[in-house]
Amino acid sequence: MSCCAPGAEITTVAEGGQAQPASEELWLASRSLGGGLLQTDLSVPGVHCGACISTIESALRARPEVERARVNLSSRRVSIVWKEEVGGHRSEPREFVSAITACGYQAHLLSSGEDEGDELLKQLIRAVAVSGFAATNIMLLSVSVWSGADAATRDLFHWISAMIAAPTLVYAGRFFYQSAWNALRHGRTNMDVPIALAVTLSYGMSLYETIGHGEHAWFDASVTLLFFLLIGRTLDHMMRGRARSAISGLARLSPRGATVVHPDGTREYRAVDEIRPGERLMIAAGERIPVDGRVLFGSSDLDRSVVNGESAPITVGAGDLVQAGTLNLTGPLTLETTAAARDSFLAEIMGLMEAAEGGRARYRRIADRAARYYSPAVHLLALLTFIGWMLVEGDVRHAMLIAVAVLIITCPCALGLAVPVVQVVAAGRLFQGGVMVKDGSAMERLAEIDTVLLDKTGTLTLGEPRLVNAHEIARGVLATAAALAAHSRHPIAVALHDAARSSHLEGEISEIPGAGIEAKTANGVYRLGSRSFACGTIGVSSGLPEAILSLGGQELACFRFEDRLRPGARESIAALHELGLATGILSGDREPVVAEIGRRLGIANWRAELSPRGKVDAVAAGGRRVLMVGDGINDAPALRAAHVSMAPATAADVGRQAADFVFMHQPLTAIPFAIETSRRAGRLIRQNFALAIGYNLIAVPIAILGYATPLVAAVAMSTSSVIVVANALRLRSLGSATASEPPASLLQPAGSAR
Amino acid sequence: MNTLAYLIPIALLLGSLSLAAFLWALKSGQYEDLDGASWRVLDDGDGKPDRH
Repeated sequence: MSCCAPGAEITTVAEGGQAQPASEELWLASRSLGGGLLQTDLSVPGVHCGACISTIESALRARPEVERARVNLSSRRVSIVWKEEVGGHRSEPREFVSAITACGYQAHLLSSGEDEGDELLKQLIRAVAVSGFAATNIMLLSVSVWSGADAATRDLFHWISAMIAAPTLVYAGRFFYQSAWNALRHGRTNMDVPIALAVTLSYGMSLYETIGHGEHAWFDASVTLLFFLLIGRTLDHMMRGRARSAISGLARLSPRGATVVHPDGTREYRAVDEIRPGERLMIAAGERIPVDGRVLFGSSDLDRSVVNGESAPITVGAGDLVQAGTLNLTGPLTLETTAAARDSFLAEIMGLMEAAEGGRARYRRIADRAARYYSPAVHLLALLTFIGWMLVEGDVRHAMLIAVAVLIITCPCALGLAVPVVQVVAAGRLFQGGVMVKDGSAMERLAEIDTVLLDKTGTLTLGEPRLVNAHEIARGVLATAAALAAHSRHPIAVALHDAARSSHLEGEISEIPGAGIEAKTANGVYRLGSRSFACGTIGVSSGLPEAILSLGGQELACFRFEDRLRPGARESIAALHELGLATGILSGDREPVVAEIGRRLGIANWRAELSPRGKVDAVAAGGRRVLMVGDGINDAPALRAAHVSMAPATAADVGRQAADFVFMHQPLTAIPFAIETSRRAGRLIRQNFALAIGYNLIAVPIAILGYATPLVAAVAMSTSSVIVVANALRLRSLGSATASEPPASLLQPAGSAR
Repeated sequence: MNTLAYLIPIALLLGSLSLAAFLWALKSGQYEDLDGASWRVLDDGDGKPDRH
């Protein structure tokens, strides 16, 4: 199956905008394993099947310095173990990135401090294994007791059960005990309080019964309860961890370091944290600017889309101020830094994001809200049962037994499973459709929204210009322009090169930063760039980005460009309106451009030229529940401030981190798809709550009346859990029947997104 | 009753063996890439570097 082929063609030519990490950066990011071996972990967001794994692995293994290469498909990473030196030559880690790129995949460094190895997940799985082992063994012994083992045998079985259960409660139950203790200490109560209480009381009571040669013991119930609840907790944790590692693993934005030029002319590559204000930095074309600074020498075009979301680059020269995170496109620059990394523009955005966090923190998850009413009710019920039986019989032991039975039967086993199972199934469905969910509560919030606000550049549009008047221009002229454009990384040049690829031009070609490209050929001097550069005259600007090709100062052709709408944008907006949601555009771009996009998509409510703070205010205004969709750094604070947020995988690192959902593939139809799935998941969760309550209505009277033998409790508890899980799995069959799967052609690897 | 004296220990021992096997597999990283594992089954290569 050649599912990965289309990605290969597109990625290799569109490499211009996204610079590969520098060699020094890769060395800095590599981990030494000792014995001359180094390990580098790269994120490869494009891998998605077995063919991708073997392509990348064999490409890397073919290199002599590579010792091991292994692709992890779940987290979309490749870890490469390589020798520092081969045959006396220092290895060049940059060639690994090139080897991966040559196969048609993008490779990025991981964000610093993103070391995975989820310890908590491993602990949880171990606890599930241990409690599962204990539960099966105790259940085996219990079945013998229920089927009529007599006095001595029964006592023996109870004692063995007690010995298996005790370490299990300590080992596997510690998650609940810790959480319950935390809640109680702060004067709150949560779902874990009744669990911890029921487990402890049932164990204590059973032990007491066993010592007194009693007929009933509840060891099986307490351990099985732990087992089921731990499954729920593990699923919950697993879903979050998986999406988070995939999200954080993608491209990063702030460079890890830069080349510092000392006053004596020596150069040194230094980590970004160690760069101080007042130092001189060399920024090559294609590098990102690490800290805020002022240009000393050189001129270039800067891609400032991370700052204001505007797609067209701007020209900078000596004396201009530049901001951290912007991409230097065409010429080398020498900067004097004006701020350290922690005071730079990126850090400022982070501060704004923290400030916006408040709106999100007030949200309580459905399970927590349920627990707030559920656990006091359960405790009260058990207490009333105890008092009631004391009044009726006056037998402390019997009353205690029945109260414990009530606690066990009402324990939120089904509730503990109800939410995570539905969310894991829903997240799995979304994942197949190319949407990653960071957190279960994000789906709960997405089901509640009433307004969708979208960013323009990079979200509604792809953020890449495309040639619109190719049919008006002679083939030969287009080919000449494309040949010139091949020498630049400017987005317009890249677009021009894409429009006509097979082309060649003899001559001396040079790029003049901030102006255009010049070629001295036998025919004369060709120039491609702004009108003033190409023809030496000042022309009228149409508002759209344009480029002029001239020969000896005479205009040959005028190329016009426009930003392309993201596939499925119109359909998605229509689908959102159909779902009864209000839509709007929030953009940092100029007004006419935004108005035009709004008109084309049928969005009446748009706002242009907004600063990051302006976007936050627009999101927070009016007390609506907003889904914010955006990609740039300038959207990140608004993504945080919104009720729930979504970002495309091509988004800036900060944007992806701030968003609750990330969609991997190009079409915008991911938005209505995610909303529908979340709403359906919300319905199933409510059904599960209803089922769990219905079960309690039947089971609790039985327990209060004293008919709940351990057998009844075990059967009731398992049945309720199985019903809840079965209901959650309905989401799968329901989903595939009603929601249309994204067509196969849209399921291209994310690597083709550029 | 006599049979129980050795059957129960045997049952517990076998259970703990499988538990130990699972914990070992977890520790050795076999559950770290479940998606990849399902594809690697189909891969005929021997996993060695192929040097032509």
